[in-house]
Amino acid sequence: MSKSIKEAFLNKKAFIPFITCGDPSLEVTEQLVYAMEEAGASFIELGIPFSDPTAEGPVIQEANIRALSGGVTTDKVFEMVANIRKNSQIPLVFMTYANVVFSYGVDKFMKKSKEVGMNGLILPDVPFEEKEEFASVAREYGLEFISLIAPTSHERIKMIAKEADGFVYCVSSLGVTGVRSEITTDIGAMVSLVKEAKEIPAAVGFGISTPEQAKKMAEKADGVIVGSAIVKLCGKYKKDCVPYVKEYVISMVEAIESL
Amino acid sequence: MSKGRFGIHGGQYIPETLMNAVNELEEAYNHYKNDPEFNKELTDLYNNYANRPSPLYFAKHMTKNLGGAKVYLKREDLNHTGAHKINNCLGQVLLAKKMGKTRVIAETGAGQHGVATATVAALMGMECEVFMGEEDTKRQALNVYRMKLLGAKVHPVTSGTATLKDAVSETMREWTNRIDDTHYVLGSVMGPHPFPTIVRDYQAIISREIKQQIVEAEGRLPDAVLACVGGGSNAIGTFYHFIEDEKVRLIGCEAAGRGVHTKDTAATIATGKLGIFHGMKSYFCQDEYGQIAPVYSISAGLDYPGIGPEHAMLYDEKRAEYVSVTDEEAVNAFEYLSKTEGIIPAIESSHAIAHALKIVPKMNPDQIVVITVSGRGDKDVAAIARYRGEDIYE
Repeated sequence: MSKSIKEAFLNKKAFIPFITCGDPSLEVTEQLVYAMEEAGASFIELGIPFSDPTAEGPVIQEANIRALSGGVTTDKVFEMVANIRKNSQIPLVFMTYANVVFSYGVDKFMKKSKEVGMNGLILPDVPFEEKEEFASVAREYGLEFISLIAPTSHERIKMIAKEADGFVYCVSSLGVTGVRSEITTDIGAMVSLVKEAKEIPAAVGFGISTPEQAKKMAEKADGVIVGSAIVKLCGKYKKDCVPYVKEYVISMVEAIESL
Repeated sequence: MSKGRFGIHGGQYIPETLMNAVNELEEAYNHYKNDPEFNKELTDLYNNYANRPSPLYFAKHMTKNLGGAKVYLKREDLNHTGAHKINNCLGQVLLAKKMGKTRVIAETGAGQHGVATATVAALMGMECEVFMGEEDTKRQALNVYRMKLLGAKVHPVTSGTATLKDAVSETMREWTNRIDDTHYVLGSVMGPHPFPTIVRDYQAIISREIKQQIVEAEGRLPDAVLACVGGGSNAIGTFYHFIEDEKVRLIGCEAAGRGVHTKDTAATIATGKLGIFHGMKSYFCQDEYGQIAPVYSISAGLDYPGIGPEHAMLYDEKRAEYVSVTDEEAVNAFEYLSKTEGIIPAIESSHAIAHALKIVPKMNPDQIVVITVSGRGDKDVAAIARYRGEDIYE
């Protein structure tokens, strides 16, 4: 039995890395999971590649294309997760797009996710108004369907947080995923609106790349999510990326644990 | 919970970042749709700026030549900017202006929607940026220059297949990046609610006029109306006021490209399956894992892997028929209408003409068919010449 997402937030700030499955290969993805766990990651977001990821910036878009041209499919990702579960119990959540789940069959996708040992999933193109189609099935299989809030959510935050499972994903900035030099949103205010509605962990993602930014965000939230900065390393070092990613994750974990 | 459904289709499958923007748009739309002042202003723009109502032209030579039903052409090609796209742009940009927006962004395939958006932005003093697949900027170089001439900034999109679907994705990304002062002028009856409804309502003027004009000319409704379908805006505009008239056949003509049994096709109803993409549930060309297919058509405007949710519903209910037309058939129809009636239709609209060439001869002389010529074909002349092996440059 893997650890739960809730446990991942217990008594410490969480560091949550994202990688795209199959970039550069599923074998390397598996090794990255082990290396990031050793480096102190609290849990890991596994991206199932999609041809047209509308919430992603160029870095993750390109990773999706690399993975798909390498022949990655949803079934192969499930197989990889089953393999990982033989060696690691770190919580894992999928990050993908509605059509990947819908075309697989929502019930079949959730059932399979549970079988291989996933803990939850994030669908950035499924907002509060559309979530029941997916969340009700996820719940049935004991998977956490993660909700997102954005700098534009304002009065929607309470409504979203009230029904949220696992943790609330706070999108730090307008726009798509990708490294930013500065984050101007009042994250503290977003997080306190979440907490007013429900006692649930809140993690911040989008645009975070440096240990300084991570530390700053972790001061205001329960966890920090980093995607593009890691995917960039995967794109640069390809099959040799594992030690570089590990070193980077260590530096980020140290930064937020210094709090 | 979920809004904007057409049967099981439609909805709002978009990032949370955009939810308040589409809610605000819906509210503004519902407010202004019944505002006499707004409607007066829009009607004035339609009539005095866009050249509406567009004629319903009796195609005498085509009728005689085909020897079947009487053929009428709804001349959306005679609108200002040369296509039906202006109907929607005037409505949406006026709405955006009332909402206090100062900047509009748009996707474009063939360039017609980009040109129409740039035109209305120029008219209303708004900043305008258009996203166009790099592949399409090459196929439609003249329209790119036209947009620049109108003061718009054109961004060639290099991601994915560098065509219309990628232009839509990129415009959505840009909207999440800058929402406060920016309205996304979506060009077709697609995307998240309320866009399929807003665009349909602004395009429905096509069928409202056809109905009035055909009753004036013939004293009765047509037996069939035909239009080409990519996302489906001119088709829904052509169908809308006839949906209640069950005896009127509604026929949408999709782009089969090199054929529906090849990979080089964009015929969504013929080859797609139910999915969720670009904010809506509808039919999409995709593989077994839900990866969106790289579609193909000679027509940049129909080169889209999905279809609007209302069309998907009309198909489910069997209220409308959807047929596929190949590149070759469309090019033949392009040349046919040019020679027969002296009207050069857009290659998109030629798909509807092509299907008419198949069905009209089998109909009776007392039957009536209306085909919407959604745009003019000047933009396509160089591409058609190249298709026929003549190497001319724009």
